[in-house]
Amino acid sequence: MGRKRSAGDVPELAAGNGILDRRALLAAGASLAGAGAIAARPALGAGELSMEPWMTEPGAPFVGYGQPSRFEAKVVRTFASAPGTTGTGASRTPLQRLNGTITPNGLHFERHHSGIPDIDPDAHRLLIHGLVKRPLVFTLEALARYPMETRIAFVECGGNTGALYQKEPAQLDLQASHGLLSCAEWTGVRLALLLEEAGVEPQAQWLLAEGADAAGMSRSVPMKAVDEALVALYQNGERVRPSNGYPLRLLLPGDEGNMNVKWLRRIKVTAGPTMTKDETSKYTILLPSGKSLQFVFPLEAKSVITNPSPGLTLNGAGLYEISGLAWSGYGKISRVDVSADGGKSWAPAALQEPVLPKALTRFRMPWRWDGGPAVLQSRATDASGYVQPTRAALIAERGTKTFYHFNGIASWAIGEHGEVRHVYA
Amino acid sequence: MSMPRHLRAAAALLFLSTAALAETPDLGRPATPEEIALWDISIGPDGAGLPPGNGTPQQGETVYTAKCLACHGEKGSGKPNDQLVGGLGTLTGDQTPVKTVGSFWPYATTLFDYVRRAMPFNAPRSLSNDEVYAVCAYILQLNGIISENAVMNAQTLAKVQMPNRDGFLPFSRQK
Ligand code: HEC
Repeated sequence: MGRKRSAGDVPELAAGNGILDRRALLAAGASLAGAGAIAARPALGAGELSMEPWMTEPGAPFVGYGQPSRFEAKVVRTFASAPGTTGTGASRTPLQRLNGTITPNGLHFERHHSGIPDIDPDAHRLLIHGLVKRPLVFTLEALARYPMETRIAFVECGGNTGALYQKEPAQLDLQASHGLLSCAEWTGVRLALLLEEAGVEPQAQWLLAEGADAAGMSRSVPMKAVDEALVALYQNGERVRPSNGYPLRLLLPGDEGNMNVKWLRRIKVTAGPTMTKDETSKYTILLPSGKSLQFVFPLEAKSVITNPSPGLTLNGAGLYEISGLAWSGYGKISRVDVSADGGKSWAPAALQEPVLPKALTRFRMPWRWDGGPAVLQSRATDASGYVQPTRAALIAERGTKTFYHFNGIASWAIGEHGEVRHVYA
Repeated sequence: MSMPRHLRAAAALLFLSTAALAETPDLGRPATPEEIALWDISIGPDGAGLPPGNGTPQQGETVYTAKCLACHGEKGSGKPNDQLVGGLGTLTGDQTPVKTVGSFWPYATTLFDYVRRAMPFNAPRSLSNDEVYAVCAYILQLNGIISENAVMNAQTLAKVQMPNRDGFLPFSRQK
């Protein structure tokens, strides 16, 4: 596989069990074993370079809105709804089948509490009221005339990876364990600007944000989150998808997904939190003491190896590129370390530029698999110096009775046939 | 005048941002109190926003049987959807935590707010305020939080002491 290196140019081992220096693959200028190599590669056979049928007749006509190749039909969200409902529950992003850092709009994860409303933008209004001097109503047409700002930000559900709190390692693929995570380029109006026009009273410390879905999904947001808040109209260049809040959503970069209220219809400026269902009954972290942490907003630094990951298989010993995602609700990722021996030894991975605050960061690490046992892990550090904890450390602090905000290290064991399994290590 | 370059840049930025403040599009139209009253359905933990009306557990049982039982089970026992009653004492120890309105929710005002905006799931916003007070009273009574003769209204509901009222700690980051 790949190009043979000249003698004396052997890539340096950077950590145990075959972890190579992060520059090894880059320096060779070779795109060796990425995602493609992990799927079984068909053997080169006679006739492979025969005349391709698609070169013998004209191709398909234009379409108004393009779709992926029909050969990519497996790259879809998976979903489950609450009993007796459709559209109330979550759909998950197929992280193991994507590369780069931006989630295509049709694959952005979803969490809905009463389905997706079919909102006519001309009939939609945003009301800002409460502790303000001038309560205001905005139409979409009005908002579209405001100065806009674009930023790339991840959105992660506070319940993502909750299964890793369980006492036994759940046998889930990456999409099922980590798929409540996506990243997009969002464009919208700064909420601060709208609040400024309304004139916030000095005693205001919180906001209530409410959606126009049938659940009237609502969350309290502390005033300091407003600094970076966008009322987002666009997602990856096109209008926000209905499943992500069309025609308007609140975007609070770095804060747990549930606070990024979709279908935003109302902002009430308040002195204290409203104590809505989703910030009391849900999205609180039950500790072994029986007390629950409440208002845990930014998501702590976290990372996961997307390739290889459970559900994928390595096709024989040799050189691979381990690749994954790292993110932090507190800012930029400053470092990701990778281990192939279950955390005994580590080496820093290459971070794909640009590394942006509160956005997904892609990391890559060359690894020579000798065909023997291996446990792959990644560990993120963010610009604040916070280091992603081991699962054991997280459980020691929080116990196993909660399922929100799990950000511990995930461990993927490689079996002798290249199969990848979730283990606790 | 000579001014260090970075200071000049900062001054220019300051000027720009104050200019931006002075000139915002201001395309919102003033909302009237009547409009706001129609849309403002959130209830604060102190009861702010609770509407006129009232209901008893007994009246609530009628509402519950007709409009909630199919999804939340006999007497709030759950299945197919969330369990609304019981679970006290399950938050500590080794057992699976059973988080319900009774065992977990810190404020009764949340129950009114949520049921009025979102339940019954298949017909949200269809209950009258009296029906919402009544069904909340029934759920609170099943949880042993209020008595069978209690009447829930804007004053009494806000005063209900929930068992897990002190069960929450505000989060602060350690690092
Ligand atoms: C068609 C089924 C259905 C009916 C009927 C229904 N509910 Fe629900 N209920 C649900 C679902 C589904 C949820 C969870 C919604 C979510 O995911 O946010 C829920 C959630 C709740 C919760 C929050 C539970 C928790 O612990 O977070 C309460 C309280 C509740 N319902 C009360 C009621 C009441 C009172 C009625 C009758 C007036 C009612 N429900 C009727 C399906 C139903």
